[in-house]
Amino acid sequence: MAGPGVKSSFWTGVREGLPFLLVILPFATLFGVVSSDAGLNAGEALAFSIAVIAGASQFTALQLLQENVPLVVVLASALAVNLRMAMYSASLTPALGKLPLWKRAVCAYFLVDQNYALSVVKFETERDLSLAEKFAYFLGATMPLCPFWYAFTVVGALVGSAIPTEWGLDFAMPLAFIAMIGPALRTGAHRTAALVASVAALTFAFLPFNLGLLVAAGLGMAAGAEVERRVGAK
Amino acid sequence: MIDRTELWIVIVALGLGSFGLRFVFLGLVGDRPLPEWLTRHLRYTAVAVLPALVMPLVVWPNATEGETDPVRLTAAGVTLAAAYFIKSVILSMLLGGLVLAGGAYWFG
Repeated sequence: MAGPGVKSSFWTGVREGLPFLLVILPFATLFGVVSSDAGLNAGEALAFSIAVIAGASQFTALQLLQENVPLVVVLASALAVNLRMAMYSASLTPALGKLPLWKRAVCAYFLVDQNYALSVVKFETERDLSLAEKFAYFLGATMPLCPFWYAFTVVGALVGSAIPTEWGLDFAMPLAFIAMIGPALRTGAHRTAALVASVAALTFAFLPFNLGLLVAAGLGMAAGAEVERRVGAK
Repeated sequence: MIDRTELWIVIVALGLGSFGLRFVFLGLVGDRPLPEWLTRHLRYTAVAVLPALVMPLVVWPNATEGETDPVRLTAAGVTLAAAYFIKSVILSMLLGGLVLAGGAYWFG
């Protein structure tokens, strides 16, 4: 049933996803550069990007791998960053849940912040889209994202091996994280969560195996959720 | 230097785990809604985990062997302020990077 509606939905997705290249290209490149700084070759950096496709989580894992913390803590922390994907998955299920299993698996693999944000708005505002059109739109919106995520990870890894280490690259990752946090502090609940997590991370930094990170993250989430419950804002 | 076995375990396990998180509802649970308290907590994972990860790195940087560095603190502060007010991730990072480079030039 690949009618004209399906084709046009696909290209609408591509067009609406294109502006996100401005985010994807620098971040994928940065991940490549930072991986090469951490001693990964281009193939290993690419494997990371193909397996995970999630910037913040990849940066987290890479950072903790360099700090020699136990693998369980590396994985728990990096997966915690990706917990929001479960929310995205839940939120897209009413729209895409009737697709055949393999197509749902394809959507799940490619699900990232940007195509989620585009799709959830699209499916909400254009309720008469057919199931095939929704799938096509999602795939279209994925096109300017994931393939470029892979490709520019490699570019970064190759460029990175040419950058001298004295350039202060150690601080590129913290700055990238901070720049990601800023726009996410939309409500009082979000700001509270971030503040509590920050203070707790310093307070519990003495805990072994980087467990302070998990404790602080848990306290931050609880604080955010509690503020939301009291204020009622989302 | 990152241990190669550990690296590959993390790549594979993190890949499978991330896919699992993305697939869990879409693929397995169907359209039953999540309990309210759970979504309420999940909404704050990113804004809790990222600051918790970054704060110790800002206050006790690896490069200075844990000694607090005013240049790095300032760079972090400028990046946060820029990201919060202009909401551009890339531009904020560049500003922070400029402060870092400028600071290293003047005081380094």
